[in-house]
Amino acid sequence: MTAIMFHLNGAPVAVRDAAPTTTLLEYLRGRPLPGTKEGCAEGDCGACTVILRTPAGDGLATRAVNACIMPLPMAHGAEVITVEGLDDHPVQREMAARHASQCGFCTPGFVMALAARPPGAPADRAATEERLAGNLCRCTGYGPILAAAEASADDADARADPAADAATAATLTAIPPLDYTWNGRHFLAPTSEAAFAEAAARDPVILAGATDVGLWITKRLFDPVTILSTLRVRELATIEERDGALIVGAAVTHTAFHAAIRDRFPALGELMQRFAGLQVRNAGTVGGNIANASPIGDLPPAFIAAGATLELGHHHGRRTLPLEDYFLAYGSQDRRAGEYVRAVHLPLDGLARLTCHKVSKRFQSDITAVLGCFALRLDGDTVAEARLAYGGMAGIPARARYAEAAMVGRPYSAETVAAAGAALAQDFAPLTDLRASAAYRLRIAANLLRRDHLERTGTARTRLAGEAGAGLAA
Amino acid sequence: MDLPLAEQGRAHPDGAAAQGAAKGVTHHPHRHDSGEKHVAGRAVYADDIAELPSLVHVHIAYAGFARGRVRVDLAAVREAPGVLAVLTGDDATGENNIGPVVHDEPMLAVEGGAGEVHYHGQPLFAVVAETRRAARLAVRRAHVDETPEPAIVTIADAIRAGSRVDDDYVMAVGDAPAAIAAAPHRVSGSMEIGGQEHFALEGQVALATPGEDDDVHVVSSNQHPSECQEVVARVLGVPNHAVTVEVRRLGGGFGGKETQGNLAAAVAALAARLTGRPAKVRLDRDDDFIMTGKRHDFRIDYEAGFDGEGRLLGVVFEQHARCGWSLDLSRAIADRAMFHADNAYFIPAMRVLSHRWRTNTCSNTAFRGFGGPQGMVGIERVIEHVAHHLGRDPLEVRLLNAYRPEAPATRRMTHYHMEVEDAVAAEMMEELAGSADYRRRRAEIATWNAASPVLKRGIALTPVKFGISFTTTFLNQAGALVHVYKDGSVMINHGGIEMGQGVYIKVAQVAADAFGLPLERVKITATRTDKVPNTSATAASSGADMNAMAVLDACETIKARLAAFAAGRDGAVARFSGGAVEVAGRTLAFGDLVMEAYLARISLSATGYYATPKIHWDREGACGRPFYYFAYGAAVSEAAIDTLTGETRLLRADILHDVGRSLNPAVDLGQIEGGFIQGLGWLTTEELYWDDGRLKTHAPSTYKIPTVADRPPDLRLAIWAKGENRELTIRRSKAVGEPPFMLAISAHQAIGAAVAAAGGDPTRLDAPATPERVLMSL
Repeated sequence: MTAIMFHLNGAPVAVRDAAPTTTLLEYLRGRPLPGTKEGCAEGDCGACTVILRTPAGDGLATRAVNACIMPLPMAHGAEVITVEGLDDHPVQREMAARHASQCGFCTPGFVMALAARPPGAPADRAATEERLAGNLCRCTGYGPILAAAEASADDADARADPAADAATAATLTAIPPLDYTWNGRHFLAPTSEAAFAEAAARDPVILAGATDVGLWITKRLFDPVTILSTLRVRELATIEERDGALIVGAAVTHTAFHAAIRDRFPALGELMQRFAGLQVRNAGTVGGNIANASPIGDLPPAFIAAGATLELGHHHGRRTLPLEDYFLAYGSQDRRAGEYVRAVHLPLDGLARLTCHKVSKRFQSDITAVLGCFALRLDGDTVAEARLAYGGMAGIPARARYAEAAMVGRPYSAETVAAAGAALAQDFAPLTDLRASAAYRLRIAANLLRRDHLERTGTARTRLAGEAGAGLAA
Repeated sequence: MDLPLAEQGRAHPDGAAAQGAAKGVTHHPHRHDSGEKHVAGRAVYADDIAELPSLVHVHIAYAGFARGRVRVDLAAVREAPGVLAVLTGDDATGENNIGPVVHDEPMLAVEGGAGEVHYHGQPLFAVVAETRRAARLAVRRAHVDETPEPAIVTIADAIRAGSRVDDDYVMAVGDAPAAIAAAPHRVSGSMEIGGQEHFALEGQVALATPGEDDDVHVVSSNQHPSECQEVVARVLGVPNHAVTVEVRRLGGGFGGKETQGNLAAAVAALAARLTGRPAKVRLDRDDDFIMTGKRHDFRIDYEAGFDGEGRLLGVVFEQHARCGWSLDLSRAIADRAMFHADNAYFIPAMRVLSHRWRTNTCSNTAFRGFGGPQGMVGIERVIEHVAHHLGRDPLEVRLLNAYRPEAPATRRMTHYHMEVEDAVAAEMMEELAGSADYRRRRAEIATWNAASPVLKRGIALTPVKFGISFTTTFLNQAGALVHVYKDGSVMINHGGIEMGQGVYIKVAQVAADAFGLPLERVKITATRTDKVPNTSATAASSGADMNAMAVLDACETIKARLAAFAAGRDGAVARFSGGAVEVAGRTLAFGDLVMEAYLARISLSATGYYATPKIHWDREGACGRPFYYFAYGAAVSEAAIDTLTGETRLLRADILHDVGRSLNPAVDLGQIEGGFIQGLGWLTTEELYWDDGRLKTHAPSTYKIPTVADRPPDLRLAIWAKGENRELTIRRSKAVGEPPFMLAISAHQAIGAAVAAAGGDPTRLDAPATPERVLMSL
């Protein structure tokens, strides 16, 4: 067994006496380092934001994470910086000078989210809004925070110290892999897929970014015997382009995936911008978003429309299946004992054809009411192929087969789209819940097909947000 | 799009130049006193206080259904690992009740093994354990037999059942039904207005430490320490003097800790008393949402009669407030909704009937505006409806109906028979319409809409007139304690609670100027019931108004003693400025005079007191002067909607707000911006959703307050340069905590204007204007 070893505000620590489900936040506040706050214990408010730095290349990759839902063992091998570890950072100076705090409770989280900006990364308004999507402030209305972010950027950039980072990276790299046991509870973080696959066969709880399982811990007091982490498995953390497809490893974070596709496939890029806050995207993984099989996960509908294939691993071998076939029913997936989500294969042509339409009450960091993702192949004016996938319309992310049938072989016209929209009532019997009523869901599911048609064929403005939503004001 | 820096849209009159002889530190934009501690993570909140090893943690278990009875068997809970005690109502050493106005809220509903359940979230019993986790785990071992009964959840349910928490109440002027009947035009309608969760980033928390005898010291995240003290004393069965409540700062309040902090405080105090150990209650965020009260949701039915230009002749409102399972502060809140049913408009005949419905939901409570926003939304809907009916620009209808300073007193009379003396809303609306280029933009938007089939834009300008004072007149009093030490440093203490709104810095600025000292010579200290007794809640926007006056009173007492001492006679005049005192032809350093006074045995400590003048209220007759003065504001919002999905976006907002002569323009701009965005959330994305009496939106994952991207890309704030309080308030300032919240009504109406542009009916758009509600109004 190894201790949980990491650097905290510049000093090495080794923890041997904490339950593996202890969150990083509980640990920090107990030290006591009470500057990091608990606002929600579910990763949705950002008050607990800390900086996590991990070796990357010769230096360190810096990212903001929510300490409240991160099990402490996930800090193993990393450097954790809390607000107490900042040394008069320009963000702190500018926020104080510009009246960017009122009650001050969310403030350390904002400071850390802004201080996590990698040197030279954009600090304009759009970039800052994206950076702060996971931080809630109930007092200020955000204006002074935005101003402080802009004003502090140059001074913050000037603080970069690659030599010190390289030294830290070297000491972190020397930390051995984690195999942690406490009071009959285990946390395993193997570095090879072979070791991972073998451990997976013994029915552990598989943990990736902990952005979902973390809530089982904080809200349901979940206490599994063995947690198997994907975090250090090299083979699961790669993105490859091969045979006309992107092959995305299950442990690739949303942030890494987003960076890989946002310029090349802007429709998917914009969808991912509305996907949780940055702290969650920095921790959560592509594989986790598939494996947890939520009916309102945002990646599966996009991937299904793009024609994705899922690759499942097992220590006896791998198998693949169309992604839509993985989701059998609410709470039930085609994943056998010992299997794990290994990678998703995304055809490049499908990604290129993909359009995404997410509807939620709030633009940023909100769970989908309805998500429509469409990939059409036209042959002249005729629809040759239609893959229409929806989230929020059923217990699983699913294709709209009746609507697809109403389009294929027909001219791509308003009439055809209307017929497809009408057919959605055969595909789906959505729920009424806190996010939307069944009637609204059905109506906008059809309207999203209309919007998609308008966007492909016309010039009318159809988007309020994102790049297409810029410049609307008089 | 080339947008200004966020801070460039922040205009305020320059402190010294525009505000007259403003030497000293008041009227200047000083930083929040804790700003540097906030950014460094060094500001200490209740849960940050270093825990003693003997500290115990308490978890409160609550009912999982809306109405009925429970029988509980807690034997297994008591046996659970780490558990020290299980508390039920039977364990209260005093009264098992925490109701703030009337004693109608059992602290822990289980007594004698059984309890009545009035809402999902009703506290049943509490577990005291060595760790928070042990307490939470132990609760699962409880055996709870539930006997549910049909619950009264909605306003409609309550109306059907005749389920009231308080008597109906009427305010009226003239014969409104007759005026409506005789009017050339009439409209009627009904609007549902949703509630709002406070979502202070710091949730409910309290830490109680037992002392000698029956004493207990309580640190509570609480806007009303004196009431918390009384409730704790009641539950423990001890005199108030045995309980000290201390509050240094809150991580947000917004009204949600005016009464709702008392449960955690009382349970922690009882646990401390029974175990003899310090005890902490800190609610998990979901539990906090489910257990504690929120802004009242309302249904407002209306009928209005008006002439061909839109001049209101008579208006009848029927306001239905969902109060939840107990009274809490609902009487005063529903009253304030009625007081604001005129907003800034003269209505010659008006009748407001208020129903206060009892439902099996959390007990709704204070929230920034305290009913005022709901009442104001009602009359602004009427104006919107009238304008829509006549095809007029709603702004013209607003200006036509606004109270005018030049009108005779009879046409500046509210429906509660108070004369509106300043009536500046019309002037502010005109000024803002000009600076925001409202009329040109409205025309430009109409042209744009004609060419845009999917997206539609709308613009709206709405005013705010908000009454300042507690309408429960006796609450308008404040106390203070000021010490001057021998070195000339000053310590101030008062009843105001610092929850981010800057009351500490504002009061310190006033005190520093009173003594002619630099700000750093004045120390602000935690609010404590053993320093200043019998205080009122920091609520109703009154914090700086009342506490700065009380502190000033204490300062003046000490100054008078110093002057009399220095001059050798009572009533001597002295000038305190620049760290020096000029008196009887001499100039002394403040510190030297203080030391001399000490040696001469002059008291350097004083209490101060303030009671708001002029106000009176006859609740029986529904007439009087409940408000010392009014605060004003106006906002223009421009919004866009997506007619395919109902999604909305606020594109630009221009705000002109009256804070009198600002005590601290930086703090006031912060209140204006923050209040507006919080109001925007209430009216757009923040939706509370109940299913069978169970709140389903009980965490930030499901309940959506505004994020940084909901702030309009172009937001222009201005403090009104002409603002001045005609009353003798502290430094002629005006209260600012609540009024800006209601500026966001302009955003709802801008969305309504876009709905109208799409051929929809804006008078059917309820609040919050979620995408679903917008689409369904098309």
